[in-house]
Amino acid sequence: MLDKKKKKEEPEINGSSLADIAFLLLIFFLVVTTIDVDAGIGLVLPPIPDDTTPPPPVRDRNLLNILVDAQGRVLMDGEIAVISEVRERVKDFVDNPNNSPDLSESPDDAVVSIKTDRRTPYNVYINMLDEVMGAYAELRNQESQARFGVPYDSLEDDSVEQEEINDAFPKRISIAEPDEG
Amino acid sequence: MSKFKKKQAETKQAVPTSAMPDVVFMLLIFFMVTTVLREVELQVQVQYAQAENIQKIEQKRLVSYIYIGPQRLGNNRLGETKVQIDDTLVDDMGAIRNIMYDKIMEEPRLIVSLRVDQDSEFGIITDVQQELRHAGTLRINYSTLREI
Repeated sequence: MLDKKKKKEEPEINGSSLADIAFLLLIFFLVVTTIDVDAGIGLVLPPIPDDTTPPPPVRDRNLLNILVDAQGRVLMDGEIAVISEVRERVKDFVDNPNNSPDLSESPDDAVVSIKTDRRTPYNVYINMLDEVMGAYAELRNQESQARFGVPYDSLEDDSVEQEEINDAFPKRISIAEPDEG
Repeated sequence: MSKFKKKQAETKQAVPTSAMPDVVFMLLIFFMVTTVLREVELQVQVQYAQAENIQKIEQKRLVSYIYIGPQRLGNNRLGETKVQIDDTLVDDMGAIRNIMYDKIMEEPRLIVSLRVDQDSEFGIITDVQQELRHAGTLRINYSTLREI
Protein backbone atom coordinates (compact mmCIF):
# COMPACT_ATOMS: atom_id res chain seq x y z
CA MET A 1 0.00 0.00 0.00
CA LEU A 2 2.69 2.41 1.02
CA ASP A 3 4.85 1.36 -1.87
CA LYS A 4 2.17 2.08 -4.37
CA LYS A 5 1.78 5.62 -3.18
CA LYS A 6 5.48 6.38 -3.55
CA LYS A 7 5.59 5.11 -7.09
CA LYS A 8 2.95 7.52 -8.16
CA GLU A 9 4.98 10.56 -7.08
CA GLU A 10 7.43 11.23 -9.84
CA PRO A 11 10.84 12.07 -8.37
CA GLU A 12 11.98 15.21 -10.16
CA ILE A 13 14.44 17.93 -9.37
CA ASN A 14 13.16 21.36 -10.10
CA GLY A 15 15.47 22.63 -12.82
CA SER A 16 13.99 26.05 -13.37
CA SER A 17 16.48 27.81 -11.10
CA LEU A 18 19.41 26.29 -12.95
CA ALA A 19 19.25 29.06 -15.49
CA ASP A 20 19.41 31.67 -12.74
CA ILE A 21 22.50 30.11 -11.20
CA ALA A 22 24.16 29.91 -14.57
CA PHE A 23 23.27 33.53 -15.30
CA LEU A 24 24.78 34.63 -12.02
CA LEU A 25 28.04 32.87 -12.81
CA LEU A 26 27.97 34.25 -16.33
CA ILE A 27 27.60 37.79 -15.07
CA PHE A 28 30.44 37.27 -12.61
CA PHE A 29 32.76 36.17 -15.37
CA LEU A 30 31.59 38.95 -17.66
CA VAL A 31 32.47 41.53 -15.03
CA VAL A 32 35.79 39.98 -14.15
CA THR A 33 36.98 39.41 -17.71
CA THR A 34 39.53 41.78 -19.12
CA ILE A 35 39.37 41.86 -22.85
CA ASP A 36 42.21 44.28 -23.23
CA VAL A 37 44.34 42.82 -25.93
CA ASP A 38 48.02 42.97 -25.24
CA ALA A 39 49.51 44.95 -28.00
CA GLY A 40 52.78 46.70 -28.32
CA ILE A 41 56.07 46.93 -30.11
CA GLY A 42 57.83 43.60 -30.01
CA LEU A 43 61.58 43.43 -29.84
CA VAL A 44 64.21 40.81 -29.17
CA LEU A 45 67.02 41.90 -26.91
CA PRO A 46 70.55 40.90 -27.87
CA PRO A 47 72.01 38.27 -25.56
CA ILE A 48 74.75 39.29 -23.15
CA PRO A 49 77.96 39.29 -25.18
CA ASP A 50 80.33 36.44 -24.54
CA ASP A 51 83.85 37.33 -23.53
CA THR A 52 85.30 34.53 -25.62
CA THR A 53 83.55 35.28 -28.90
CA PRO A 54 83.91 38.81 -30.18
CA PRO A 55 80.78 40.31 -31.78
CA PRO A 56 80.60 39.77 -35.54
CA PRO A 57 82.09 42.70 -37.41
CA VAL A 58 79.59 44.97 -39.08
CA ARG A 59 80.80 47.20 -41.87
CA ASP A 60 80.25 50.85 -41.25
CA ARG A 61 77.97 51.33 -44.24
CA ASN A 62 75.70 48.56 -43.00
CA LEU A 63 75.15 50.20 -39.66
CA LEU A 64 72.65 52.95 -38.97
CA ASN A 65 73.15 54.48 -35.56
CA ILE A 66 70.14 56.09 -33.99
CA LEU A 67 70.72 57.92 -30.75
CA VAL A 68 68.00 59.46 -28.67
CA ASP A 69 69.64 61.88 -26.28
CA ALA A 70 68.60 63.25 -22.90
CA GLN A 71 66.76 66.20 -24.45
CA GLY A 72 64.69 63.88 -26.62
CA ARG A 73 66.52 64.75 -29.81
CA VAL A 74 67.01 62.04 -32.38
CA LEU A 75 70.41 61.74 -33.97
CA MET A 76 70.87 59.51 -36.99
CA ASP A 77 74.50 58.77 -37.70
CA GLY A 78 75.39 61.85 -35.71
CA GLU A 79 73.03 64.28 -37.43
CA ILE A 80 69.99 65.67 -35.72
CA ALA A 81 66.81 64.41 -37.36
CA VAL A 82 63.13 65.02 -36.83
CA ILE A 83 60.98 62.04 -35.78
CA SER A 84 58.91 62.31 -38.96
CA GLU A 85 61.91 61.79 -41.22
CA VAL A 86 63.16 58.71 -39.39
CA ARG A 87 60.90 56.41 -41.37
CA GLU A 88 62.09 57.58 -44.80
CA ARG A 89 65.72 57.55 -43.73
CA VAL A 90 65.46 54.00 -42.39
CA LYS A 91 63.68 52.85 -45.54
CA ASP A 92 66.36 54.42 -47.72
CA PHE A 93 69.08 52.92 -45.60
CA VAL A 94 67.68 49.39 -45.58
CA ASP A 95 66.46 49.20 -49.15
CA ASN A 96 69.12 51.42 -50.74
CA PRO A 97 67.31 51.69 -54.09
CA ASN A 98 70.07 53.79 -55.74
CA ASN A 99 72.93 51.57 -54.54
CA SER A 100 74.56 54.42 -52.73
CA PRO A 101 77.95 53.44 -51.28
CA ASP A 102 77.07 55.01 -47.92
CA LEU A 103 73.95 52.96 -47.34
CA SER A 104 73.57 49.27 -46.64
CA GLU A 105 74.78 46.66 -49.12
CA SER A 106 71.55 44.71 -48.97
CA PRO A 107 68.50 44.65 -46.68
CA ASP A 108 69.90 41.45 -45.24
CA ASP A 109 73.05 43.18 -44.02
CA ALA A 110 71.43 46.33 -42.69
CA VAL A 111 71.57 46.77 -38.93
CA VAL A 112 69.74 49.51 -37.12
CA SER A 113 71.44 50.21 -33.84
CA ILE A 114 69.51 52.10 -31.21
CA LYS A 115 71.19 53.89 -28.38
CA THR A 116 69.66 55.81 -25.56
CA ASP A 117 70.74 57.99 -22.72
CA ARG A 118 69.72 57.46 -19.11
CA ARG A 119 67.55 60.56 -19.24
CA THR A 120 65.92 59.88 -22.61
CA PRO A 121 62.16 60.42 -22.40
CA TYR A 122 60.37 57.12 -22.89
CA ASN A 123 57.69 58.36 -25.25
CA VAL A 124 60.26 59.85 -27.65
CA TYR A 125 61.99 56.47 -27.70
CA ILE A 126 58.70 54.71 -28.43
CA ASN A 127 57.85 57.18 -31.20
CA MET A 128 61.24 56.62 -32.76
CA LEU A 129 60.94 52.83 -32.47
CA ASP A 130 57.46 53.08 -33.96
CA GLU A 131 58.89 54.87 -36.99
CA VAL A 132 61.60 52.25 -37.43
CA MET A 133 59.00 49.47 -37.22
CA GLY A 134 56.87 51.44 -39.67
CA ALA A 135 59.74 51.59 -42.12
CA TYR A 136 60.17 47.82 -42.01
CA ALA A 137 56.43 47.29 -42.28
CA GLU A 138 56.28 49.45 -45.40
CA LEU A 139 59.26 47.71 -46.99
CA ARG A 140 57.77 44.29 -46.31
CA ASN A 141 54.46 45.44 -47.65
CA GLN A 142 56.07 46.70 -50.87
CA GLU A 143 57.94 43.47 -51.29
CA SER A 144 54.83 41.43 -50.68
CA GLN A 145 52.90 43.47 -53.24
CA ALA A 146 55.68 43.05 -55.76
CA ARG A 147 56.08 39.30 -55.28
CA PHE A 148 52.60 38.08 -54.51
CA GLY A 149 50.36 41.01 -55.28
CA VAL A 150 48.83 41.04 -51.82
CA PRO A 151 49.58 43.21 -48.79
CA TYR A 152 51.87 41.76 -46.15
CA ASP A 153 49.11 41.70 -43.55
CA SER A 154 46.99 39.34 -45.59
CA LEU A 155 49.73 36.71 -45.71
CA GLU A 156 49.10 33.87 -43.33
CA ASP A 157 51.22 33.67 -40.22
CA ASP A 158 54.19 31.30 -40.56
CA SER A 159 53.37 30.65 -44.19
CA VAL A 160 56.09 30.13 -46.76
CA GLU A 161 55.33 33.50 -48.35
CA GLN A 162 55.62 35.34 -45.08
CA GLU A 163 58.89 33.62 -44.26
CA GLU A 164 60.21 34.62 -47.66
CA ILE A 165 59.43 38.28 -47.06
CA ASN A 166 60.83 38.12 -43.53
CA ASP A 167 64.03 36.62 -44.88
CA ALA A 168 64.30 39.33 -47.51
CA PHE A 169 63.80 42.08 -44.96
CA PRO A 170 64.88 40.77 -41.59
CA LYS A 171 64.42 43.17 -38.71
CA ARG A 172 67.93 43.59 -37.47
CA ILE A 173 67.38 46.06 -34.71
CA SER A 174 70.05 46.08 -32.12
CA ILE A 175 70.02 47.73 -28.74
CA ALA A 176 73.44 49.20 -28.16
CA GLU A 177 75.29 48.36 -24.97
CA PRO A 178 74.57 51.01 -22.37
CA ASP A 179 77.41 53.15 -21.16
CA GLU A 180 79.06 52.19 -17.94
CA GLY A 181 78.00 54.00 -14.81
CA MET B 1 -16.08 31.60 -38.69
CA SER B 2 -16.21 30.74 -35.05
CA LYS B 3 -14.93 27.28 -35.79
CA PHE B 4 -11.89 28.71 -37.46
CA LYS B 5 -11.09 30.90 -34.48
CA LYS B 6 -11.22 28.01 -32.08
CA LYS B 7 -8.67 26.07 -33.99
CA GLN B 8 -6.16 28.87 -33.87
CA ALA B 9 -6.48 29.28 -30.15
CA GLU B 10 -5.49 25.70 -29.58
CA THR B 11 -1.91 26.17 -30.79
CA LYS B 12 0.68 26.56 -28.05
CA GLN B 13 1.92 30.08 -27.54
CA ALA B 14 4.76 29.54 -25.05
CA VAL B 15 8.37 29.46 -26.23
CA PRO B 16 10.08 26.40 -24.84
CA THR B 17 12.69 27.58 -22.36
CA SER B 18 14.08 24.25 -21.34
CA ALA B 19 17.15 24.77 -23.53
CA MET B 20 17.99 28.11 -21.93
CA PRO B 21 20.26 26.71 -19.21
CA ASP B 22 22.26 24.93 -21.90
CA VAL B 23 22.71 28.13 -23.85
CA VAL B 24 23.71 30.05 -20.77
CA PHE B 25 26.10 27.33 -19.70
CA MET B 26 27.74 27.42 -23.06
CA LEU B 27 28.30 31.16 -22.76
CA LEU B 28 29.52 30.65 -19.22
CA ILE B 29 32.07 28.07 -20.26
CA PHE B 30 33.25 30.32 -23.08
CA PHE B 31 33.90 33.17 -20.67
CA MET B 32 35.51 30.91 -18.11
CA VAL B 33 37.94 29.64 -20.69
CA THR B 34 38.82 33.03 -22.11
CA THR B 35 39.03 34.89 -18.81
CA VAL B 36 42.36 35.85 -17.42
CA LEU B 37 41.71 36.98 -13.91
CA ARG B 38 43.07 40.31 -12.90
CA GLU B 39 45.81 39.05 -10.68
CA VAL B 40 47.82 42.07 -9.80
CA GLU B 41 47.12 45.14 -7.79
CA LEU B 42 48.93 47.99 -9.47
CA GLN B 43 51.16 49.92 -7.14
CA VAL B 44 52.59 52.14 -9.80
CA GLN B 45 50.80 54.40 -12.20
CA VAL B 46 51.12 53.51 -15.84
CA GLN B 47 49.92 55.64 -18.69
CA TYR B 48 50.70 53.92 -21.92
CA ALA B 49 52.53 55.50 -24.77
CA GLN B 50 50.95 55.35 -28.20
CA ALA B 51 52.26 53.79 -31.36
CA GLU B 52 51.00 52.80 -34.78
CA ASN B 53 53.00 49.76 -35.75
CA ILE B 54 52.05 47.38 -33.02
CA GLN B 55 51.68 43.64 -32.84
CA LYS B 56 49.17 41.74 -30.79
CA ILE B 57 50.29 39.04 -28.43
CA GLU B 58 47.95 36.18 -29.12
CA GLN B 59 48.99 33.81 -26.36
CA LYS B 60 48.32 35.52 -23.07
CA ARG B 61 49.68 32.60 -21.09
CA LEU B 62 53.18 33.31 -22.33
CA VAL B 63 53.19 36.88 -21.14
CA SER B 64 54.77 38.13 -17.98
CA TYR B 65 54.37 41.77 -17.06
CA ILE B 66 56.77 44.29 -15.65
CA TYR B 67 55.26 47.59 -14.63
CA ILE B 68 57.41 50.69 -14.48
CA GLY B 69 56.09 54.03 -13.37
CA PRO B 70 55.77 56.49 -10.50
CA GLN B 71 54.70 54.84 -7.26
CA ARG B 72 51.19 55.51 -6.01
CA LEU B 73 51.31 56.92 -2.51
CA GLY B 74 47.63 57.54 -1.80
CA ASN B 75 45.77 60.86 -1.93
CA ASN B 76 46.62 60.93 -5.63
CA ARG B 77 50.23 61.67 -4.90
CA LEU B 78 52.94 60.04 -6.93
CA GLY B 79 56.37 59.05 -5.74
CA GLU B 80 59.53 58.00 -7.45
CA THR B 81 59.64 55.73 -10.46
CA LYS B 82 59.55 52.11 -9.34
CA VAL B 83 59.50 48.67 -10.91
CA GLN B 84 56.70 46.26 -10.09
CA ILE B 85 56.72 42.58 -10.94
CA ASP B 86 53.64 40.57 -10.04
CA ASP B 87 52.44 41.97 -6.72
CA THR B 88 55.54 43.51 -5.30
CA LEU B 89 57.72 46.48 -5.94
CA VAL B 90 61.27 45.53 -6.72
CA ASP B 91 63.79 47.83 -5.12
CA ASP B 92 66.89 45.83 -5.85
CA MET B 93 67.47 45.65 -9.58
CA GLY B 94 69.60 42.53 -9.18
CA ALA B 95 66.57 40.60 -7.95
CA ILE B 96 64.85 40.95 -11.33
CA ARG B 97 67.39 38.60 -12.82
CA ASN B 98 66.46 35.76 -10.46
CA ILE B 99 62.73 36.33 -10.76
CA MET B 100 62.82 36.32 -14.53
CA TYR B 101 65.22 33.39 -14.65
CA ASP B 102 62.75 31.30 -12.66
CA LYS B 103 59.97 32.35 -14.99
CA ILE B 104 61.77 31.44 -18.16
CA MET B 105 62.66 28.06 -16.71
CA GLU B 106 58.94 27.41 -16.33
CA GLU B 107 57.98 28.79 -19.73
CA PRO B 108 60.79 28.93 -22.29
CA ARG B 109 58.72 30.91 -24.77
CA LEU B 110 58.13 33.70 -22.30
CA ILE B 111 57.42 37.19 -23.60
CA VAL B 112 58.04 40.01 -21.18
CA SER B 113 55.62 42.84 -21.60
CA LEU B 114 57.05 46.11 -20.37
CA ARG B 115 54.26 48.38 -19.27
CA VAL B 116 56.03 51.65 -18.86
CA ASP B 117 54.60 55.02 -17.98
CA GLN B 118 55.11 57.38 -20.89
CA ASP B 119 56.78 60.06 -18.79
CA SER B 120 59.49 57.75 -17.49
CA GLU B 121 63.13 58.27 -18.22
CA PHE B 122 64.88 55.54 -20.10
CA GLY B 123 67.61 54.83 -17.55
CA ILE B 124 65.48 52.56 -15.41
CA ILE B 125 64.30 50.67 -18.48
CA THR B 126 67.90 50.18 -19.54
CA ASP B 127 68.61 48.68 -16.12
CA VAL B 128 65.62 46.35 -16.39
CA GLN B 129 66.60 45.33 -19.91
CA GLN B 130 70.14 44.54 -18.78
CA GLU B 131 68.71 42.30 -16.07
CA LEU B 132 66.42 40.63 -18.60
CA ARG B 133 69.39 39.94 -20.83
CA HIS B 134 71.27 38.39 -17.94
CA ALA B 135 68.26 36.23 -17.14
CA GLY B 136 67.94 35.17 -20.77
CA THR B 137 64.43 36.53 -21.28
CA LEU B 138 65.10 38.21 -24.58
CA ARG B 139 61.65 38.54 -26.10
CA ILE B 140 60.13 41.76 -24.90
CA ASN B 141 57.22 43.89 -25.87
CA TYR B 142 56.71 47.55 -25.10
CA SER B 143 53.02 47.82 -24.29
CA THR B 144 51.42 50.67 -26.16
CA LEU B 145 48.00 51.83 -27.14
CA ARG B 146 47.02 52.14 -30.76
CA GLU B 147 47.52 55.65 -32.01
CA ILE B 148 44.36 57.10 -33.48
